[in-house]
Amino acid sequence: MQSASEMAERLLAGDRAALARSISWAENADPRYPGLLGSIYPRVGKAWRIGITGPPGAGKSTLTNALVAHLRERGETVGILAIDPSSPFSGGALLGDRIRMEERTADPGVYIRSMASRKSHGGLARAATDACDVMDAFGFSTILMETVGVGQSEYDVVAAADTVVVVMCPGAGDGIQAMKAGILEVADVLVVNKSDLDGADRLALDLEDAVRMRDIRRPRDLAASARWAPPVVSTSATGAGDGIDALLEAVDAHRAWLEAADLEASRRHRRVDQVRRVVGERLEEELWGPRGKREQAETLLGNSKTPYDVAEEILNSVLESRTGAGPDAGDRTSTPGDASR
Amino acid sequence: MSERKIRVLVGKPGLDGHDRGAKTIAAVLRDHGMEVIYTGLHQTPEMIAETALQEDVDVVGLSILSGAHMTLFPRVREELEKRGMAHVLLTGGGIISAEDMEELSKLGFSKLFGPGTPTEEIANWIQSTMEERWKNEEVSR
Ligand SMILES: Nc1nc2c(ncn2[C@@H]2O[C@H](COP(=O)(O)OP(=O)(O)OP(=O)(O)O)[C@@H](O)[C@H]2O)c(=O)[nH]1
Ligand SMILES: [Mg+2]
Repeated sequence: MQSASEMAERLLAGDRAALARSISWAENADPRYPGLLGSIYPRVGKAWRIGITGPPGAGKSTLTNALVAHLRERGETVGILAIDPSSPFSGGALLGDRIRMEERTADPGVYIRSMASRKSHGGLARAATDACDVMDAFGFSTILMETVGVGQSEYDVVAAADTVVVVMCPGAGDGIQAMKAGILEVADVLVVNKSDLDGADRLALDLEDAVRMRDIRRPRDLAASARWAPPVVSTSATGAGDGIDALLEAVDAHRAWLEAADLEASRRHRRVDQVRRVVGERLEEELWGPRGKREQAETLLGNSKTPYDVAEEILNSVLESRTGAGPDAGDRTSTPGDASR
Repeated sequence: MSERKIRVLVGKPGLDGHDRGAKTIAAVLRDHGMEVIYTGLHQTPEMIAETALQEDVDVVGLSILSGAHMTLFPRVREELEKRGMAHVLLTGGGIISAEDMEELSKLGFSKLFGPGTPTEEIANWIQSTMEERWKNEEVSR
């Protein structure tokens, strides 16, 4: 069995198999992962993380592939995390984003990892952030995360990026729908892909209007002195790749803006989100995992109590056992009933 | 702790131009709860092995209809071994004659599936083989 420190050593030495396995550890919540992250954490934070989201089939993977070509040309190395949904029925997944990036497989400066969304909400964003941390420590200068923009958990994922690119295309909705879906709230850069198709110009104008009307202050803006108005960029990811330069320029501009504003605060904010997710997962496990409170809840419910009464009782018992169990418990003797657990 | 999923790469090496069979098996494996990385047509053995490494898959399943299985299976295995991926369960199917099957099994390909094998059977075999491995494992992970 490989230890966390052995794995960290291999990862930092540039071993790609170790990179792949480390991401599996993160994904499977392997108990060795926290130790691994601890060992590599000093090396985390150099990469620029770009989240790419948008409706199914908008061209996210094709665009990612085109972006990588440009990034490679200017000497960057790129880690890619491509997330596709899991089937809610079987729990399995068909991960097909790599097909559009096939020509990158043999490039030693590129690493592509497919990830299934699995079932948990916070869990996906937590694992995706972990995967980015691992790729970051490995040394990629840019990290691209692709996810289908259909729900809260996917938005949580891309919101963990430094720059969020939302990809739309003609036929997949108009500006009003984008506003309703909350797409504008998460976007740092808006892309109208498939600009070679009818309706693309119309959509771009729509989105520009929508951006102008938007007046929201997002948590990720809070630290910033100035507001960022997301530019709308038209691209054609297939063929000659029109607009990819402009897209990269827009991403660079957002990066320059965020770095000048308060990158540290923005990243700290997202670190706190990650702490919340880890705490949430741990609590969930503690409360409802195999050694959790299910039996207790069932017993209590049997006494004709409401779910609220039972929840209250369980919460109290947990909070009390916490305050009572610490080494400084003597300082908090006012907490009643802590001896029972 | 969390549940681990069987990760499978379904690849289609060789030059023949249709991948309906590969897509079907990919969907069946998904329906059996596996996470399937589908890589499309015309994959070289190098690409398949490199993808297997990047994706940290447990299983590589090859669909080979071109008749080139006698070279492709050993080539993929060689490329996997080169990358330290000898632990991957390598299997697959296609139009493989009884003699070829025999020959390949001598080369260590214990389980390959001939034409007309029910997809269900393939999925169940992968599932039980992986479950068996994970039970005995605890070592290499
Ligand atoms: N006409 C045109 N087609 C495009 C363009 N970009 C992508 N496509 C096509 O759109 C289809 C979907 O592209 P993908 O890159 O797979 O889209 P995606 O958003 O990654 O799709 P999912 O990951 O399945 O949500 C493919 O057939 C692409 O060839 C474009 O700029 N113009
Ligand atoms: Mg895609």
